Amino acid sequence: MPGMPRRISRDDVAHVAWLARLDVTDDELERFTEQLGAILEHAADVAALDTSGVPPTAHPLPLANVLRDDVPHESLDRDEVLAEAPTAEDGRSCSPHPGRGRVSAAATASSVRTGERRAREVVEEALALVESGDGALHAFNNVLIEEALAAADEVDRQVAAGVDPGPLAGVPVALKDNLCTRGVATTCSSRILDGWRPPYDATVVARLRDAGAVVVGKTNMDEFAMGSSTENSAFGPTRNPCDPSRVPGGSSGGSAAAVAAGFVPVALGSDTGGSIRQPAALCGVVGVKPTYGLVSRYGLVAFASSLDQIGPFAATVEDAALALEVIAGHDPCDSTSIAEPAPSLVAVLGDGVEGLRVGVVRELTDGCDADVRARLAEAVAGLESAGAKVEEVSVPAAAYGLSAYYLIAPAEASSNLARYDGVRYGLRVQGTDVAAMYGRTRAAGFGPEVKRRIMLGTYALSAGYYDAYYGQAQRVRTLIIRDFDAAYRDHDLLVSPTTPTTAFPIGAKADDPLAMYLSDVCTVPSNLAGQPAMTVPFGRGDDGLPVGVQVLAPARGEAVMFRAAAVLEAHAP
Amino acid sequence: MSVVEWETVVGLEVHCELETATKLFCGCRNAFGDEPNTNICPVCLGLPGSLPVLNRQAVEFAMRIGAALHCDVRPSIFHRKNYFYPDMPKDYQISQYDEPINVEGWLELPDGSRVGIERAHMEEDTGKTTHVGTSGRIHGADYALVDYNRAGVPLVEIVSKPDIRSAEQARAYVSELRAILLAVGVSDARMEEGSLRVDANVSVRHAGSDQYGTRCEVKNMNSLRSLGRAVDYEVARQVALLEAGERVVQETRHWDEDDGRTHSLRSKEEAFDYRYFPEPDLVPVAPSPDWVASVRAALPALPAERRVALASRAGVAPADVATVVSLGLDELVTSAIDAGADPRLALARAGNEVAADIERAPSLEAAAFARVLAMEGEGRLTATQSKQVLGELLASGGDPEEIARAHGFEAMGDDALVSVVDEVIVAHPAEADRLRGGESKLTGFFVGKVMAATAGKADGKAVTRLLRERLG
Ligand SMILES: [Zn+2]
Repeated sequence: MPGMPRRISRDDVAHVAWLARLDVTDDELERFTEQLGAILEHAADVAALDTSGVPPTAHPLPLANVLRDDVPHESLDRDEVLAEAPTAEDGRSCSPHPGRGRVSAAATASSVRTGERRAREVVEEALALVESGDGALHAFNNVLIEEALAAADEVDRQVAAGVDPGPLAGVPVALKDNLCTRGVATTCSSRILDGWRPPYDATVVARLRDAGAVVVGKTNMDEFAMGSSTENSAFGPTRNPCDPSRVPGGSSGGSAAAVAAGFVPVALGSDTGGSIRQPAALCGVVGVKPTYGLVSRYGLVAFASSLDQIGPFAATVEDAALALEVIAGHDPCDSTSIAEPAPSLVAVLGDGVEGLRVGVVRELTDGCDADVRARLAEAVAGLESAGAKVEEVSVPAAAYGLSAYYLIAPAEASSNLARYDGVRYGLRVQGTDVAAMYGRTRAAGFGPEVKRRIMLGTYALSAGYYDAYYGQAQRVRTLIIRDFDAAYRDHDLLVSPTTPTTAFPIGAKADDPLAMYLSDVCTVPSNLAGQPAMTVPFGRGDDGLPVGVQVLAPARGEAVMFRAAAVLEAHAP
Repeated sequence: MSVVEWETVVGLEVHCELETATKLFCGCRNAFGDEPNTNICPVCLGLPGSLPVLNRQAVEFAMRIGAALHCDVRPSIFHRKNYFYPDMPKDYQISQYDEPINVEGWLELPDGSRVGIERAHMEEDTGKTTHVGTSGRIHGADYALVDYNRAGVPLVEIVSKPDIRSAEQARAYVSELRAILLAVGVSDARMEEGSLRVDANVSVRHAGSDQYGTRCEVKNMNSLRSLGRAVDYEVARQVALLEAGERVVQETRHWDEDDGRTHSLRSKEEAFDYRYFPEPDLVPVAPSPDWVASVRAALPALPAERRVALASRAGVAPADVATVVSLGLDELVTSAIDAGADPRLALARAGNEVAADIERAPSLEAAAFARVLAMEGEGRLTATQSKQVLGELLASGGDPEEIARAHGFEAMGDDALVSVVDEVIVAHPAEADRLRGGESKLTGFFVGKVMAATAGKADGKAVTRLLRERLG
């Protein structure tokens, strides 16, 4: 067992900042030293855990030997790549009324496929809602009016020509702004990607397009998905459609808000520690974090590679199932993609939970607010009335999830974000030499939370600390997986609250990183275990704001998870 | 004054570019010399959102190298090696760290000595930076241009144990390794073009000591010759330091071919902390025992084995056939010998004339080669003419007899030669007397005169024989 490391010093932080090529001011150095000290102190529970004989988990799923044939493909066009100069953001127009038009994706697609409605009409309606409503919310970084209308026209042409555009025909969708879209700015809500236009579509984006969906815009997020409130955006915060003085949660707050406001029936986000489920819960919509590897990560700008998964937001469980069916499935461009066919979900939504054994996870429930626990109790009653057998269950290592998460995710992020160095694309701040350019570009391009995590992660990987921090967190990850496996030996599903509280006011936790991190406590264990989990809105808290119930399932257990979600949706107040 | 004997200790790190069709983690073409930035994609440019997928052929090639170096071929994983450099698109390199695919092997040199192999692991190459500026050196360049065609090209890094004891042995090791890489068909292994790159860890110690001295890593040798010079220089530098009572500082040093010295590259505060951690975007590579066995079974005969075979066929020592074998010309020589050629002549012509135009050697037909040797052996071609015919065969192919005829290369018959020899003897009576008197070095004088008189068409051996008959 590695010993307890000493408290991080100002010199350590200065060294780490140099390793990470981040210029820091004296003030920042002071602040970071204090904040990193507090975070690492919180993580001391993990450092103190006895993990002797426990192997580390680098990959949540036991995959090996993913190899491709040695066959050439075409090169990208050199001029297109070299032309990566910063460009102005596309304009967005605003007015203060949130939209309330709510037609499900399933209904929209079927009416477009039969020619009953034109995709153009559907998309124009969505764009009008965004135009009138998003000024107050700032769910979108970028609304793609021309591209969306052109895509809608193409869907209409296909219908007219007797070609089926696919299961999401004409459905307007919003994409978190960390999903690559060919020729369209992909910012991760960061200054450092200023003006960057990817030369390729993410696999999920291509699959949505192939299914007839129409991308109407890119949504706001915490910078590089680091945050739980969407306040860490270089473009300003997103507001919660249920109460604009509150945060929508994060990091996929823009996508959650876009669905909650009724702008679009479906949006995609990414979930590294709860970044889909937490905002979905706080905004009162459905949000799904699939099994690690079910959905390709190709084209998702990486935050923490071993934890990141893309998933849908939707107003209904059925729409979430429909969207997940479209984006799931093996992708040869992602080595961590599951090879087996993705499960059918829409077809099983009516199968109910009769006879299923459900566990309420004590470690993920005890620390939650009373009103949140009260909604969970009602949800459990709903499952029981539908024939499920529910009991309390303990997943002891889940208690260490947050600490392990805040060592693993920043460590991977510190490496993933190294490439934003001003050399090839995005922001560049010139310096006297390359090293100076790196330090200045990264200091100017990244916001405070991103800098904090890069430094934390660099420290956790640096010489002398690897075993105590990153290595130890990976061994704890193994313990978490083992404890979940044990719980699933006697249970088909687990449930818990999705978040400990309802949506908090904008600014409430902005200066206290640790308090902010604690809002992910119920969601991070699923990411560490690589297992699926989703949130279903279930009533309101004492403050009248939405509460979400989280359904957790074993790896590749999406079908049974969706069955329970449908039952919860039916029993929701 | 006591004389301390110093022992040279060298370990070599050799990077070898694999000749796959595509790069290590993407389908971009792996081609040398294409227009800059024309073999690029989101993956090898390290664009946000891109992900690596491992090339099966590269794994197979790495396994072949491991098998040829008698390594244990094992399940392995990739790590990220984190450091900032403009020619590295992700600012980390995907490499293998503490669980490489090949460990613990050895390589036998032509002199019979063995050098241990610590590991041979897979990693991706970086892009290529050209510094543009007034000085033409890294420091002080005005700006840099980066070509990412090379970024992501598969490499195997072969790390020897510190078993090498001289510059000469270091050269022999690289030469042997190169021969092995060529033999197993994984790389063209050219030092000059950078597809084989050698870094040397050099230290010195008192002879007989079992402790290692402080080592320096010497980079930037782009030929076997510069490797030898760099090791010799570095050893002398370290010995001079130690004998002056100073110490060697562990550092990376750059070999400068022009001034023949090594120079310190990095200042101390730039010491690296690579923050290795397992690459989360890739999964473990665990070649099945069947796959490993099939790679071992399919290995061609390796140079050491081929040297023994050719040496016994030619009736010479294995070290005498090292060049020919390392260039892959042993089959050519063997078939010439089989066709009746003099073994030493075949070895000499292959090791010199064919080796000089090694690019074209694959087009040289064994039968044609054997024919030239036969013509030379029968005295129908002089050595000079034989070399010329060989050169032409290599350059443009054809029939040796016709080439010889077209040049008028018919070695003169004895009848014609006798009269020329007699004329030369008559023209130089004093020298003829001295040769008669036993001053044998004058043979060369007469051979030269006959050659001049016949414009090189005379066979030197025949002239010597005729001189001996007349003046012996
Ligand atoms: Zn490529």
